Amino acid sequence: MKNSSRRGFMGKAFGAVAGVGAVASLYAMKKTWDPLPSVKAAGFTTLDMSVYSGNKLVTEKWRGKPIFVLKYTPDMVKKAESDPKMKARTIKIGNDYFMITLGLCTHLGCIPGYNADDHSFLCACHGGQYDFSGDVTKAPPPRGLDIPPFKIDGMKVVLGEEGPEYKKMLQDGVTLRA
Amino acid sequence: MAHFTKATSLHDWLNQRLAVDTLRRVLAKEYWIPKDINFLWAMGMVLAITFGLLLVSGIFLLMYYQPNVHTAFDSVNYTIMKEVEFGWLWRHVHGVAASVVFLIIYIHMFTGIYYGSYKKGREMIWLSGMLLFVSFSAEAFSGYMLPWGQMSYWAGMVITNLFSLGDLHMNGLVEWIRGDYVPGQAFLNRFFMLHVLLMPLIIMALIGLHFGTLRIPHVNNQEGEEIDFDEEAAKYKAGNKKESKVIAFANDFMAKDMFVVSIFLIFFFYLVFYHYDFAMDPVNFDPADGLKTPAHIYPEWYFLWSYEILRPFSTNVGLMAFGFAQVIFLLLPFLDKSPNAKPAHKRGIFKVWFWVLLADMIVLTAMGKLPPEGAFSTIGFVAALVFIGLWVILPIITKMEKEV
Repeated sequence: MKNSSRRGFMGKAFGAVAGVGAVASLYAMKKTWDPLPSVKAAGFTTLDMSVYSGNKLVTEKWRGKPIFVLKYTPDMVKKAESDPKMKARTIKIGNDYFMITLGLCTHLGCIPGYNADDHSFLCACHGGQYDFSGDVTKAPPPRGLDIPPFKIDGMKVVLGEEGPEYKKMLQDGVTLRA
Repeated sequence: MAHFTKATSLHDWLNQRLAVDTLRRVLAKEYWIPKDINFLWAMGMVLAITFGLLLVSGIFLLMYYQPNVHTAFDSVNYTIMKEVEFGWLWRHVHGVAASVVFLIIYIHMFTGIYYGSYKKGREMIWLSGMLLFVSFSAEAFSGYMLPWGQMSYWAGMVITNLFSLGDLHMNGLVEWIRGDYVPGQAFLNRFFMLHVLLMPLIIMALIGLHFGTLRIPHVNNQEGEEIDFDEEAAKYKAGNKKESKVIAFANDFMAKDMFVVSIFLIFFFYLVFYHYDFAMDPVNFDPADGLKTPAHIYPEWYFLWSYEILRPFSTNVGLMAFGFAQVIFLLLPFLDKSPNAKPAHKRGIFKVWFWVLLADMIVLTAMGKLPPEGAFSTIGFVAALVFIGLWVILPIITKMEKEV
């Protein structure tokens, strides 16, 4: 009896040591898989918004992801002003109006292509479509193109920082935190 | 008792220390295989040999491959393909074997389904086999990342995005898996590690388990006959080889097994030398570019059926259908409620179920390769619904089955 209870104690002691060790190792392993600080620090991009021309899609890069910048023409402004959903996604900088979104389909992350003639985006992977404000017009994408965190600074936009305009969009549910 | 005598030969010396005779008897000479089988029973050996080919060719590729986003593409397409002598051979063996291994796995699986080789004590064979299928899938996917071409990059992007789990938006999890916001150096390095170390270790352990699961139930036979292996083995050992329903694994059965392997190898090397291009997607000969999606993204042929189950639905429903397709085969022994461990042609409506399932998966595979437009989209959608429907009715039709 004495022996077996002593053995039982040793078994439990080992279990406790192994349990603590296992949890600690799992924690270390999880943290090792995390993105490195250098990867996270490189997460800001500044755009000069005065260089874009109307209805011409430009692809910028932020955190390795494509960013769509599309300056509206007067016609497009008129259309966006009349549609509250499109208006909510439109970003006004100075006297100009822009769409700034991640260039990744919200379905599975392919890059949609822009058709300048009918002002729409088409994702070739699974046939999703968006209007020129980035709002979804045909499934399978579950929502419009995500808008990256941005901060307006005069005619400049800093991607990666959250300005008041971006926070409002988050609050109104126009975009998800990308 | 550890009592050693002076050895009379090298064999005797080894036998005293490692019991090589006992080992050989247990694993080969007295491991019994039913006589009533056909060439489909050789697929296990074909798979083992193909895994060996992957391992050997992989070792040689590993000597020159560089897991770095700047050099990976050239280390494969220039160094291995153009500079290393016979580098092309290892690459084409590796690529073709990775594709062919899935063809054989599917044949092996459907043989098991047809002959009911997952029932009445053979459940663990099926389960360990399906775990091997999952591990081979992970191994194939991680290996596909390594040449760092356009298809590597975008397949990596799309598949890791699945882990955001649709409307749960688990972007943190996706970034954690990648080690970056997009597939990059951290991603390539960790998939390299998975491909050359962790997944092969898991696969080899599972192959050991898979062999182990055969030991007690033994392999099935063409009629699903319940054989008393002790009795039949006794007949065989007594010299009544003709009357016995079994033969020894080695060398008797092995001889036939290896004959099938030879035919397979001729076919295999024909592909390696003359038709390797089917396993080499042209899109992947463009270096990875995170700012340009290829016009049409599709996986290798062996993933097309499950990809097609994901595709026709909206994101959340598609993910659920995809998840269903991934786990449902594992549950086969528990969804088949029939008392019969018999081949499908003796099981009435199950025979229809089997052939409809096979045909449906071929349709899904074909539709998965085509662009998701018009009629193809509709056919794919219907085929995906048929797939799900087949598994839903399986417990019902097998419960109604009469004992034969």
